[in-house]
Parts: sequence; structure tokens; C-alpha cells
Amino acid sequence: MTLSVRTPVPGNMESVLSGPRGPRKHQLSIARIGIYAFLVMSALFFLMPFWVMIVTSLKTLPEIREGNLFNWPRDLTIEPWINAWFNACTGRDCNGLRPGFWNSVKITAIATVLSITIAAINGYALSFWRYRYANVIFGILVFGAFVPYQVVIYPLIIVMRELGLFSTLASIVIIHTIFGMPILTLLFRNFFASLPMEMFKAARIDGAGFWQIFFRIMVPMAVPITVVAVILQLTGIWNDFLFGTVFAGRQNMPMTVQLNNIVQTTTGVREYNVHMAATILTAAVPLAVYFISGKWFVRGIAAGAVKG
Amino acid sequence: MTVHSVSIKDLSLQYGNTQVLENLNLDIEQGEFIVLLGPSGCGKSTLLNCIAGLLDISDGQIFIGNRNVTWEEPKDRGIGMVFQSYALYPQMTVEKNLSFGLKVAGFKKDEIERRVKKASDMLQIQELLQRKPVELSGGQRQRVAIGRALVREADVFLFDEPLSNLDAKLRSDLRVEIKRLHQRLKNTMIYVTHDQIEALTLANRIAIMKDGVIQQLADPHTIYNRPVNLYVAGFIGSPSMNFLEGQLCQGDEDVFITNNGTVIPVASYDFMQPLNGNTNAVLGIRPEHIVTGSAAEEMPFKVEVDIDIVEPMGSETLVWTKLAGRSLTVSCDGDQQLEPGQRILLGFNPGRGSLFDAESTQRL
Repeated sequence: MTLSVRTPVPGNMESVLSGPRGPRKHQLSIARIGIYAFLVMSALFFLMPFWVMIVTSLKTLPEIREGNLFNWPRDLTIEPWINAWFNACTGRDCNGLRPGFWNSVKITAIATVLSITIAAINGYALSFWRYRYANVIFGILVFGAFVPYQVVIYPLIIVMRELGLFSTLASIVIIHTIFGMPILTLLFRNFFASLPMEMFKAARIDGAGFWQIFFRIMVPMAVPITVVAVILQLTGIWNDFLFGTVFAGRQNMPMTVQLNNIVQTTTGVREYNVHMAATILTAAVPLAVYFISGKWFVRGIAAGAVKG
Repeated sequence: MTVHSVSIKDLSLQYGNTQVLENLNLDIEQGEFIVLLGPSGCGKSTLLNCIAGLLDISDGQIFIGNRNVTWEEPKDRGIGMVFQSYALYPQMTVEKNLSFGLKVAGFKKDEIERRVKKASDMLQIQELLQRKPVELSGGQRQRVAIGRALVREADVFLFDEPLSNLDAKLRSDLRVEIKRLHQRLKNTMIYVTHDQIEALTLANRIAIMKDGVIQQLADPHTIYNRPVNLYVAGFIGSPSMNFLEGQLCQGDEDVFITNNGTVIPVASYDFMQPLNGNTNAVLGIRPEHIVTGSAAEEMPFKVEVDIDIVEPMGSETLVWTKLAGRSLTVSCDGDQQLEPGQRILLGFNPGRGSLFDAESTQRL
């Protein structure tokens, strides 16, 4: 038994439906196949170097000399990885990348936390506590983003020397904090500026002061933008080479600098497999950050773009 | 000296070269519901922010409860405030939103609980206490925002366009609720809005503002029926007042002659001061004070006109026609059958209208 109930709109003639109806059908058109083909090819093209690095790092040196760049290793070995981590030589020291890794962890962790904390306070103060000259100060800060690093390195070296900090962990952390400030402040200021001013006013009527509003209301809301900032700083500081070479000193040499030293060491045989392994190890951290946080990263950027 | 609940003396505020508020004086009595009404940019919200202490003023004094609070922080002024965008703290539950201010002020736990319970009972939001603001509808959010002002148990409540973000139905519901709240609490309330219905329904007194100056401060009836100047007359009332330009002529019987010669007797008009010679003037008459058909026969002024446009609005029908060369709107009974082109008799009593000096725009 079929029962069809039709409820025409009152005061409106019911019309017979003809032609396309309901949801549109999706078909794999030629254009779509072309797009996918292009995407797959681009992906393969950009993955190629990475493939070469991985297979080379797993080959023995004699096999590398045969020159078959893309081949899967005949005698699979993880020796180069162990060497890269524990006993590759940088100059006279043969301790591998391990010390550099821990130095980078130290520098990145401290500088990331410090710079984001300061930038968040900056951004909050700039968008809610409209003190005099706030815009001028903000302008100067943002201008800092356009200053080429190389220009200020020498003066900074002198400043650090005069402060007695040159070649210390403190100096490299301070440098990263300073250079992260323009972009991070901009990020936080724009985020806080997108929040309703009335919320801040309500908090003031509720009697909360500068720090109470910051910690109890603003910080909990700023989680997405903080994740973006962490990603920016983590990858930026980890990948830094210039400041690491200049300011960190031998004891705090970051992983990137050490990698360079390993690869550039000119005595003896060039151990391509060790170099490849070392490079992948150094790049692993930012790579992991991107893979893990990809969704968050996009979400954070989108959150800044859409005014809530 | 009498004690005012809120008193504003010679308040001025400048932003750079722009004078936002100028020498503003306003005394508000205990328990009064004052509405600041005006178009956007007239300084009404600015004035409210000054009273709240959220804006630093350029000159003048602000007294709340006979205490000079000009230099005090918002929290020390004894006020509660409700904002247009609700301004709830999104990461806190309703309960935490309500108690945040009390916690900051260092109240004891049981006192906080007592006040939150009282406010949530009053606003019927008990079952929402554990929810977060995103899980609430607009009307519920605004209730919570009102609750946040209530728990402060302040003497003065400030409302900054609290209903403007709500849809029409909720707006009228919550409007009644605010009125009920005021009757119950009997606190002083200062309410900013650009919605004249809200102003007329809620206020004990309305302050109509324009360009940072209060144009008229009076009870809704006076504002509506005896506007002090052309601006107030045109601003209040929807559909708005009809204006006819012409000359006021003194004689055995005072008459108003429109620019194209229509003579309207104004003997029934209650002048502020006796007429002094002939003056250029504007006659204002509200659409609902114009009657049609047989009722028009008894009016001091009556005329036959053609209907241009008919706008049925359900309860009433708005008729557009022309009088003395000017477009004129008349509010008619919604049951009347009216067609464009139809000829009708209409009339009004100028005594119910308003006459303004054409130059000074002040009421005559």
C-alpha cells in the first residue's frame, strides 16, 4: 500500500515538478581527473628529493658510489643513522648530533615560551589598554619585521659583549625573543582586536585589573592563536642557522649549526649516507610539528580571519 | 541640597578636536528609569561609558549616590552594566560568568552562592547555570548578562542597547521583562537605545540627544505630544510627524497659512508664549491625529484629498496623500477599504499638533 500525502502551500497552486530535482549528481569529469593527475604529479615531484635522502641514508657507502640514486638499498643498514646521532665528527669532536639536538631543544623551548608570553601581553595591552602613543609603539614594533637580520647583527654582537652575555644560552634566547616580537605581537594584537571590546569593559566593571583580565579572560580565549604562535616560533627557531652560529657559542651550538659542520667537514671520505641521516634528523622536529599541528595551524589562521 | 541618584555636571568630552559631549548636565532621581535616545553617533553610548567610568572625561563631574566618582574606577562606582553584544566570558559557564565579579571582589563563597541563586531565580536561568554562553540563545545570553549586573547589587544599572542584537519577538519579550525587573528592584536605571518604542515603553523620562547635546528631557507623553523643537518632533513617532511650512498670522483669530495658501485655524493651539506679529513657522501633525470620514466633519480644519499610496500594516493602514503641496501620511483604521485615487475627507485639530519657529526650530 502506498500512501502519498501532499501538503500544498495554502493560497498557492501546486505545480507539477519536471526536469532536474533533488541533490545534484556528482560525476568524475575530465577536468577533475586532470586536476588530480596534476596534484599527484606535483606531490611526487616534491617528494622525490626526500625519497633520495631516505634511501641514501639507508645504503652503504660502496652502494652509493654505484650511482643508482633512486634504487631501494640492496643491503639495508641503519649504521649511518646511529653514526649521525652518536659519533659523526664536527671538527675534532665526534659526538654526533646528539648534543646539538639538546641545545636546540633548550634554545627553542625557552625562547618560544618567553617570546610568546611577552608578545601576548604586548598584543593584549595594545588592543585593550589604549594608552597614549600605543599606535606609535605598535608601528615601531611592526617596522622591526622589515629590518633585515644581517644589518643589526654586528651592533647586537657589541651589545651582547657589553652585557657580558655573548656566546651564552641567554644571548641566543634573547635574540630569538627580540626577533620574534614584531610578528608575534602583530598576531596577538590582531587576535585580541577581533574580540569584542565590550567583553573587556564588562570585565573592568566586574573589577578585574590588567593581569586578572589577561590571565582569567584573555589567555583562555587565546588558545588557538597561541598554538599558531607556538608553531611559528618552534619551526622558526629550530630552523635558524644565522643567529645560532653567531650568538650561541660552542657550548650551545644548535642542531642546524652542527649539521652544517658535519656536512662541511672536509677531511677523509664524504659519508653521504651519514649526512643524509643527519639532515633528516635535524628536519624531523619541524616536520613533525607541521604534521601534528596541520589542522590546528589552519584553524588558527582561519580563526584570525573570521571575525567572531 | 537634594540627593540625586546620578548627577552629571558640566560634562565635556573631546577626542582630539572633536567635541563629543559638551557641557552636559543631567540629574537622575533615585529609582528612575532614564532612557537616552538618539541616532547613532549622537553621544548617548559615550555618555553611558563616561558614567560607567570606562571613558576618561575631559571636563566636569559625575556623582553617583551623592558621591563624586569622577576619578573612580568602574568597579568602585556602584554600577552594573549590560552590553549590546552581551559580552559574556565565552570560556566560563553561566555560573562562573555571574560569579566572576564577586570572586574578584573577594566575596565569601556562600555569599556568592546566595547572590547567584537570587539573580538566576529572578531571571529564570537556573537550569542554564552549567552551560557555556555558546550553548545559549541570544535571549538567554542577554538574561545572563543582566544577571551579571544583578549580582553586583548595585544602585545604578546601565544598559547599552541591550536588545538591539535580538530579533523583534524576543526584543519585546525582554523589554517587558526589563520593565518588570525595574518595578521589582526600584533601582535607578539608565538605558541607551536608538529604538523609540523601547524608549517610550520603558522610560520614566527620556533624554533625546543629538550631536552630544540633550535636546529634550521629559516624560514620554510630553516628548511625544509636546516636542520642544523640530528635531525631537521628527525623531519621535513612527510613522513620523507630517510637517507643513508656512506663516503664522496674528489676527482676530490666529491662522496658519501654508506656502501655497491653505488656511489652517490655530485657535485651539496652546502657545508657549503669546504670539508677537507674523512669523514663519512649521506646523507638525502626527499621522494618527488626522481623522477621516465623518469624524473629520467636526474638526477645526478639514479638506478633501486624493489617496496616492495605501500601506496596510495589519492593525492600521497608512495612507499617503498630499496636502498643500506636501506629502502627508495619515494613519487610518485597518478595516477601512481604501484604494489609491480614491477621494477622502480628512481633518485634524491643530491643537494636537505642534508649531515651530522656522528659524530657531523651537516650539512656539
